[in-house]
Order: sequence, then structure tokens, then C-alpha cells
Amino acid sequence: MALNGKVPAGNLTEKWTKYRASMPLVAPNNKRRLDIIVVGSGLAGAAAAASLGELGYNVKCFTFHDSPRRAHSIAAQGGINAAKNYRNDGDSTYRLFYDTIKGGDYRAREANVYRLAEVSASIIDQAVAQGVPFAREYGGLLDNRSFGGVQVSRTFYARGQTGQQLLIGAYQSLSRQISLGSVEMYNRHEMLDVVLVDGKARGIIARNLLTGELERHAAHAVVLATGGYGNVFYLSTNAMMCNVTAAWRSVRRGALMANPCFTQIHPTCIPVSGDYQSKLTLMSESLRNDGRVWVPKKQEDAAAIRSGHKNALDIPEEDRDYFLERRYPAFGNLVPRDVASRAAKIACDEGLGVAPTGLAVYLDFSAAIERYGRSKAGVMGLHNPEHKKVIELGQNVVEEKYGNLFAMYEKITGENPYVMPMKIYPAVHYTMGGLWVDYNLETNIPGLFAAGECNFSDHGANRLGASALMQGLADGYFVLPYTIGNFLSNDIRTPKFDPNSAEFLQAEADVKGRIDQLMGVQGKQSVESFHRRLGKIMWEKCGMARNAEGLTAARRQIQELREEFYKDVFVPGSATGDYNPELEKALRVADFFEMGELMVVDALNREESCGGHFREEHQTEEGEALRDDANFAYVAAWAYNGWDTDPVLNKEELVFENVELKSRSYK
Amino acid sequence: MENMHLKLKIWRQGGKFSKKGEFVTYELDNVSEHMSFLEMLDVLNEKLITQREEPVAFEHDCREGICGTCSMVINGHPHGPNAGTTTCQLHMRFFRDGDTITVEPFRAKSFPVVKDLVVERAAFDRIIQAGGFVSINTGQAQDANAIPVSKESATASFDAAACIGCGACVAACPNASAMLFVSAKVSHLALLPQGKVEAKRRALAMVKQMDLEGFGNCSNVTACEAECPKEISVENIARLNREYISAAFVYDEKEEKGGGAG
Repeated sequence: MALNGKVPAGNLTEKWTKYRASMPLVAPNNKRRLDIIVVGSGLAGAAAAASLGELGYNVKCFTFHDSPRRAHSIAAQGGINAAKNYRNDGDSTYRLFYDTIKGGDYRAREANVYRLAEVSASIIDQAVAQGVPFAREYGGLLDNRSFGGVQVSRTFYARGQTGQQLLIGAYQSLSRQISLGSVEMYNRHEMLDVVLVDGKARGIIARNLLTGELERHAAHAVVLATGGYGNVFYLSTNAMMCNVTAAWRSVRRGALMANPCFTQIHPTCIPVSGDYQSKLTLMSESLRNDGRVWVPKKQEDAAAIRSGHKNALDIPEEDRDYFLERRYPAFGNLVPRDVASRAAKIACDEGLGVAPTGLAVYLDFSAAIERYGRSKAGVMGLHNPEHKKVIELGQNVVEEKYGNLFAMYEKITGENPYVMPMKIYPAVHYTMGGLWVDYNLETNIPGLFAAGECNFSDHGANRLGASALMQGLADGYFVLPYTIGNFLSNDIRTPKFDPNSAEFLQAEADVKGRIDQLMGVQGKQSVESFHRRLGKIMWEKCGMARNAEGLTAARRQIQELREEFYKDVFVPGSATGDYNPELEKALRVADFFEMGELMVVDALNREESCGGHFREEHQTEEGEALRDDANFAYVAAWAYNGWDTDPVLNKEELVFENVELKSRSYK
Repeated sequence: MENMHLKLKIWRQGGKFSKKGEFVTYELDNVSEHMSFLEMLDVLNEKLITQREEPVAFEHDCREGICGTCSMVINGHPHGPNAGTTTCQLHMRFFRDGDTITVEPFRAKSFPVVKDLVVERAAFDRIIQAGGFVSINTGQAQDANAIPVSKESATASFDAAACIGCGACVAACPNASAMLFVSAKVSHLALLPQGKVEAKRRALAMVKQMDLEGFGNCSNVTACEAECPKEISVENIARLNREYISAAFVYDEKEEKGGGAG
């Protein structure tokens, strides 16, 4: 299949402006006749639904949550990037574009990334106007901080709850449109299939999670804003209900899944504590502004810590290895996530880990506490303050910056991070891969759009911190509302689609077949137990480091586990007339098997290391990722046609007209 | 401790249990102090499923205290006994070996039980839809730094905006009042210049919807503040009352003509 990214011609800096000004429009009177389905109510979905409603389209928005405000965007902590240059530190649209392309290890489409950087400033304006209470300075203007992989301060934040505040902003705008009748909200509805009429996406099959009834919903276009697939790994920082089903079902109807092996492992998460663990908790990247990452230099010290005979405070300064500062002097603790994660893994592999499992490194705030304390004492006019006073003042400053994160850490681990360094370890956090989309955010199925984390478009092989919120809102507020007009301008005379047509009835019957199959197994093992086993395969063989042998074995193991699942899973309760969370999980896990296999296939195919994809066969002598631009500067967009045939690879070559491909160095 | 034994008295309603609901007692072994409360329930459910019994339905999602999905009343307290903690962040180290723990759904007329520990909180969405927003469209905003906002106002606004919409305030209140929830939103927006413009209309509209949903009156018990997992202050209720009273005096309903709720 020839993939056309539909990137407009012209200079990089003018593409979006010119394109936006020349796109076909839909007149207001015609917008009223056009129906759009938006699936998902996170940052991308809520922003898109609200903005499309404001424009005058008839919007139906679906979420499987009990309220649109609960989407997982809400859990994003650290911040949102924007090229405002409020710091006067040399930031610009171009620099944000360049950092993002480089951070993504040169595996993203230039034009999309430039557009993202371009609209980033408008997002901050929009959010402030909605009443998002961003952090401010005493002068009343907005504050910023730094995130990994960049040397400017361009991250706007609202304590450690930036995602929550931005989502509430979008939710409020969505609520306003609901009250005005332009958006019809469907809570507790999960999309289980997309419906194609004459090759175009014209509706969805959704299951009412309270009653179990299947519903057919028709529209002129369908927007998926359904998030990432990190829960393939079972343990991740994603919320428990995050899943790939909406995107995967679209793949099963012909959409292409791009770069599925590009998953982000976040370096700073609270380590796994036991087999019962259900999810992992992130400690925001913003902590690396002030926290220093280290392990003991000596294996015997690490062993003594693991066995409880020593703790972090017993290790003298000269016996600590601040390995990020040592390996990457230019960026230090603020290297990008993939680099920091891999360095932590290497330290633990060398026997220097500090948790009983051997899988943790320290994130230490003592230097920052002392620095802030001295500075604060100076401000207060205290000369030669006692060390105790300095620490107390410093702890107050750190509490003001990261208080909620420190409190969360203490709640979960029972340890006080103001005194004892945090223990952290990498965990699955975000998926850069996703549905293949062109410049319009349209998949290869006409009329099917994908926004936010569920598309592949902007982050290449590694996403920079504080860029997920930026992309979700850029897509939802400022890109999709324009580009969808391109498609819909051809449909202004198309009457409403009939949800009782043969296509809809067939899709509903297909969904019912899947449900009946799962309910009918009546085996012995829980859905959860299968999900855990799948996650373990993925984490061990398709996680932070991958190799051909492991991936080949993983593919076979996933297929075997999938077969066992369909023979021995037990889904209690009934499919209709009842609220049945076990059935919801079963449907999601069934799709995770197929997605997991595709990730492994993609990881096997990509014989290079780039960003979050680290193939052990392809590394420099210093253990850094070794890209192969000659052979792999392309987007791998896969078609999946069922268990019996291999997925089919389609390539979109990445053309770099503005950025020179370099080996990514943070040294 | 790794091997706690617990007796769990859990509310079961719907499914194979009665429509009116009943307490069912379960015994659970090998509970680790490092588990979260929800992970403990996961272990119970895994056991029930293996015994081919119906698992306990409970809502949860982010499991890091921010989405507001988890609910339930534990030993008489919404989100359990710890201050400033959601159920998902409550860890078993706060319980003792041999404890009997009572678990029930949030109880309020406006939060009907869906099944077991799951309740429907859509009433909160409808209150926000009535006016809990700033009436601007995408693309209309001016530069974000055009209006300075004092750090104090931004901080106070944030403290109110930290509400996660879980409904613990309603469950804690003897009158099942939603005043803490409503006042948090009214305060969040009224404290910022961007939201100040329509503060009065917002207060009136949201309170009207709150009453329509059947939430009770506030009688200053302040159990809501004590049980709120995000420690939202009852000062917000005082602020809402001020906005509401002054709005009721000065606000002319006729202004609404042609305006709609937005």
C-alpha cells in the first residue's frame, strides 16, 4: 500500500499557515447537518468534542468512564511544553520543533512536529482563558520549569497535577457544549467496533456497560482519541482501564498500526513491591530538576542496602555514583527518558540496585534541599544559619514545588523522601506508536481520524517530557477541528447514515460473536491472570532491551498464551442485563494479545536501536543506541489480517528537509 | 507484615445478590501491608473467581488518587480512615492482623447504587454542565500573560480546583449535601479574573441544579472537609454562599434571554 502523508508543499515554517488558509471549509448551515462521533474524553477527545461542538457540528462523545472527567490524561503530573519564550532563554518554535525531532531520535514526521510546536503557544492561552490555575510568580505571570532533553525552561505546570487541571479545563468546555446541546455525551459506553460504509468510517458499535446492550451509532466521521496501549505490559503507569480496543478494532477493519514497538519506559517510577501489584506509580520527571540519581559505587554496599544492613545515608559521598551526571555531563539528570531508563537498568544489571528485588536506584534531593535552604536563609537575612535550619527551610521550598508527589511517595512506600532518598525504577508509561495518520490526522480509512496518544504522529521513537499534554490538546483544539473539514466538505450533501443498515447490523453481530465466544469458554483462569502473564512476556522480552532471540520466543509464547486464553478463561456473570467489569476486561485483554504480538513483530523488524526501542544487537561501544538511518528512517505501518497470516509491513519514508540526522548525544 | 488475616464485611447488591443489598462476610489470608486497599480487593476477587463466585464490583481506574473513580465507605469513612487519602492510595499497613473491615458504597439518594460498591455520580456532571465553566470558545483567548494573576489568587484557586469529583463529601454529609463540590468549582473559577466575569450567574445556575438533583442542604457539619481526600476547605462553602446571596439580590434573570446556559 502506498502511504501518502499528505504533507503540504512549501517551507516548513509556512506549511500549516498556508494549508489552513486554503483548506476547504464547511459552511455553518452545513455543519449543522453533519454528525461526528468522538471516542474518548481525555485531553484530545474532550478538546476535539468541545471545539467541534462550538463550530456547529453535531457531536456524540463516548467514554467508558462514569464521567468524561476521569480520562487518564488527568493523571499527567509534570507539565505542558509551549514555545512561549517567556523566560527569554532562547526558546522558539523552531527550537521546540528541533528538540522534539531530536528527542524522538529522528523517527517523526517533520511537518507534523513543526505544526505541534507552532500551535503550542495557543494551548497555554486557551487553558488560561478557561481558568486553568497554572503556577505563577509573585509578579502574577506564569512560571516555568525544565524537563528532560531540553536546555530551556518551557514547561508550564500546575503543581504536580497539570494533567488534572488541563483536563478539567477541557471537561468544562465539553460540559458547556453538552449544556448547549451541540455535544451528546455517552458515559459508560465502550466502543467495540468501527463501522465502514463503502470503505469510509461512518459509525461505531458501542456497549452500554451498565446494561450490556450493544448500540449502533452512525455519523459522517469518527474521531478516535482513545489513548495508548501501555497496558499491554500489564504493569504500567497507565490507569487500569486504559486499553487498545478501539484502535485495535480499527486495525482489524483495515487501519494501519504504526511503529507499535515504540514504547516509552519512564525512568522515575515507584518500584514493584510484590506479585499482587496492579499498577505502577509515576514520580514526575520534574523531580529530576532537583533530584540526583545515584547508586553505590561498590557492589558490597548495594548488597548491604538490599539486605537491610545499610541505608542510603550510610553511603559516603565518595562512594556514590551519580551515573547520569557522569555519563551525560551536558544534560546530567535531565537526559531524555529513554536514556535515563537504560542507564538505570545498566546500573541494576551490574548488581548496584538498591531495593530488595535489586531493581531500584536512588533519586536524592538532599543537595537541592541544602541549596534552596541556603538561598532562602539568605533571603530571610539569616547569617550563618544552623545546618538544621537550612534543611528545614530547604524542605519547605521542596515541599512547595513537589509536595503532592512527596506525599504520594510516602503514602505508597511508607518512607519519608525528605530524609531518605526516593527509590525509583523505570516503568512503562507511554506509547509513541499508534494508528497511522496523515497530516490531517486521518487514518488510511477515510473518515476515521485519530488524535492524541492513540496516533503515532509526533513523538518518533521517544517522547520528551511534558509533550503528551501538548500533543493531545494541539490535536483536539487546534488541528483536528480544521482538518476534519477537509473530509467533511465532500459530505455536505450526504444524508445521515442509517444505523439499521446492513453494515451496522453485521458489525454488531460480529461484536456479539466476540462476546459470546468469551462468555462461552467457562474455563478456570481469571482474565487478570492471563493479562499478568502477557505483561510479563512483554516486559521481559519487548521491554527496555530487546534482541532477536527473545523477541522470536516472545511471539511464540504470546500465541500459545492466546490459545490458552480462548480455551481456559473464565468470565463470570452475564453479558447482558448486568454490569460486568470482568467481561469488559476480557474483551480488552483479547485485543492486547494481538497488539502485543504485533509489537514484537515490529521490534523484530526494526534492526536498529532508536529512542525507546533498544535492540541489544545494535549499540555503540559505550552502550548507546545505534540508529540505522540508511535502512530504517521510515514509519513501519502494519496491516493485520488475523492470526493465520503474518502482519504486512507498509513503509512511509521519513524525509528530513530541515534537520540534519545526527547521532543523538546528550554528553 | 506479610501475612495478615482479615474479615471483610462487604456490601453486595444486584447480580446474584438481592436488589436491596446485603452484607456478606469474606475471610482473606496472606494480605501484605504493602498492598493498596484495592489490590487487597483484587486478591479477594481473584479468589472468588477461582471459586466460580461473582467478584465484588467496585470502581477504580488511575490508582494514584487523581481520577476520582474509586469510592466506597471503609469502616464508616468515605475513602477509609486516613485523612487526605483516596481508597486507591490507602495501604494495608494501616490495618492490623485480625481486623474486621466493613466496606459499603457511598450512600446518597442522588448517587444510586449500580452494583455492590459502584454508584452513579452523573449528577455531578450535570451540575458542572449547568454553569461550571468559563464561556469561551477555542481560539478566542488572548496571550496567557496579558492578565497577571496574583500568586495568592492562583494558589487559592488551585486549592479549590484540586477537587477530584469523587463524591466523598456527599457520602460524608448527614444531609447528603453537595455544597463542598459545588463551592469548590464556584471558588476555583471566581478566584480567577477569567472566571470572575460570570461568577454570579454560575453560582445561581449550579446551586439550582444541585437542588434539582436532590442533594440535601448544608448544615455546617463540616464532615465533608474532614473526609475529602483532597482536603478541600469548607471556606469554599462560605465563598459560595457570598456569591450566591449577592447574586440572588442583584442578578436579573432577564439577562438570560437568548443566552442559554452557555
